[in-house]
Amino acid sequence: MSRRWINLFTHLFTALTGMACALVILLVAIILGNIAYHGIPHLSWRFLTTAPSSGMTEGGIFPAIFGTAFLVLLMTIAVVPLGVCTAIYLQEYAPVKSKWVHLVRMAIQNLAGVPAIVFGLFGLGFFIEFVGRRVDQIFFSGQLYFGQPAIIWAALTMALLTLPTVVVSTEEALRVVPRSHREVAYALGATRWQMVWYVLLPQAIGGILTGTILAVSRGAGEVAPILFTGAAYYLPYLPSRLNQQFMELGYHVYVMATQSPDVDATKPILYSTVFVLLTLTFLLNFAAILIRSHIRRRLAAAR
Amino acid sequence: MRKKITESVIEAIIHISASLAIVGLVLIFIFIGKEALHILTSSEVRQEAGLSRLFLPHSPEPGVPKEFAWQPVSDIPKYSLFPLMVGTLKVTLVALLFALPLALGAAIFSSEFAPSWLREIIKPSIELLAGIPSVVLGFFALMVMATAIQNALGLDYRLNAINAGIALGLAVIPIVFTVAEDALTAVPQSFREGSIALGATSWQTAWRVVLPAAFPGIFAACVLGFGRAIGETMIVLMSSGNAAIMSFLPTYPLRSLSATIAAELGEVVHGSPHYHVLFFIGTLLFIFTFILNLIGQLFVERLKDRLSGSRA
Repeated sequence: MSRRWINLFTHLFTALTGMACALVILLVAIILGNIAYHGIPHLSWRFLTTAPSSGMTEGGIFPAIFGTAFLVLLMTIAVVPLGVCTAIYLQEYAPVKSKWVHLVRMAIQNLAGVPAIVFGLFGLGFFIEFVGRRVDQIFFSGQLYFGQPAIIWAALTMALLTLPTVVVSTEEALRVVPRSHREVAYALGATRWQMVWYVLLPQAIGGILTGTILAVSRGAGEVAPILFTGAAYYLPYLPSRLNQQFMELGYHVYVMATQSPDVDATKPILYSTVFVLLTLTFLLNFAAILIRSHIRRRLAAAR
Repeated sequence: MRKKITESVIEAIIHISASLAIVGLVLIFIFIGKEALHILTSSEVRQEAGLSRLFLPHSPEPGVPKEFAWQPVSDIPKYSLFPLMVGTLKVTLVALLFALPLALGAAIFSSEFAPSWLREIIKPSIELLAGIPSVVLGFFALMVMATAIQNALGLDYRLNAINAGIALGLAVIPIVFTVAEDALTAVPQSFREGSIALGATSWQTAWRVVLPAAFPGIFAACVLGFGRAIGETMIVLMSSGNAAIMSFLPTYPLRSLSATIAAELGEVVHGSPHYHVLFFIGTLLFIFTFILNLIGQLFVERLKDRLSGSRA
């Protein structure tokens, strides 16, 4: 090939891949811009703090915000200890390169790839129909308390879905703690757990926080797993017990967008709800990115 | 002595929670598969929705020509999965045709050509896209994109496979980009330096040296993107029109396997044939994405082996 052709190809290839990049970023900008443009005008303090009224065409989204917060709180309580323990096992307790460790790692990666709707089916089939029914039979003499869609089951389903996120972040944080810190702890006579508790975890707290925040952001945004496990279209009360249903931002968006009898009347509310949901997940993601880059910088400085 | 007991209790707790991911995965399979199995075991379910009804053409009444139809809530329920599979395949194909070139192109640009300041913009932007909840993408496709695409192409149906496929593609792009970019940056710098030193241009280096070296990772990116596209629910549910029709045309509405579960499980009678068929669809999705994920992981590992071998 002559020099000229090669040069042409070089420019063409760079331009094509660059255009692909630019197009993706442009699409992101269009989506965010559109939602901000239509979503901000209707936003107000009243909108955030009142319940919907007049068949969702008026009022606010407070119950949905409350339900989302309640859901991710329960989810966090379940997923963080388990995820952190799993990561500690993989990094500190497990024999290096054993078959079992390989299997656990593969399971975690695979869990991350299971479709969200399958988690929803699992929540219904396992938590509600199996665990919930058993609980009712044993503790409530067969009366229906836990064998129905409820916030606890939705939260546990979501916890399983976000488990890989927490494990991966925590593992990364544990991996960057220098080997010498562990050795010093052992040399001073610390047991394995004392070393983990007093040396590793304080240093890994940033990574654990990152994983938790990312999990919360994911949990706040996913709708498919809670469709049949506890989300409700409208509730006149706020959930206060674990076996009650709840309203949720993402589910609220889905229902209002697809099942509203009067789309034009709900459109401003819908856009503002989407904007609130998006702001929430972005703030969380942003916080996670900041913490992570802080950790990485500290790590680079330590080396 | 007390210290020793605490230590072993904690060790036991850590061991147990580490196995949770495996237990979770197995439980998912058992509890979805259990409900799906009624299709084979229960004679009542089998009569209405046996395997042959699900996969082969069937005539609802004598004299009516055989057809593939998904009409689970009519007088004579019809449970052919064929229209749903065609719908899923159609929308996934559009999504991949849209997402793969963009994501791979962006990954190549970011890792090979972009100066580092530009990379600092590209990567967070695509992470931002990954952070958009799928229900928001579905909402955008339903409210804004559908009308824009219909007007631009002059289509009969507002919600169709093109619209849903592009929205689905937006969810696939971050996955493909991240995995492919990781693979490309994992190629040792010495490969590029050697190629440039031999007189190759940046394009030739990227195309003939870096891409082949990173191939297993690129392939893994495509497979994982495919898995994501097949399983994604909310986007397709909101933007595809949800009509279970047999048509391979991308300009027609469609109903996907995952969206069918989401749309119908809420209203279905517990324990009815319809209920078990929906779980059967879930099992299919689970197995299929599981296999795709395994293949993806296998290729990522192969890439790691290959590059670590070349470094030694």
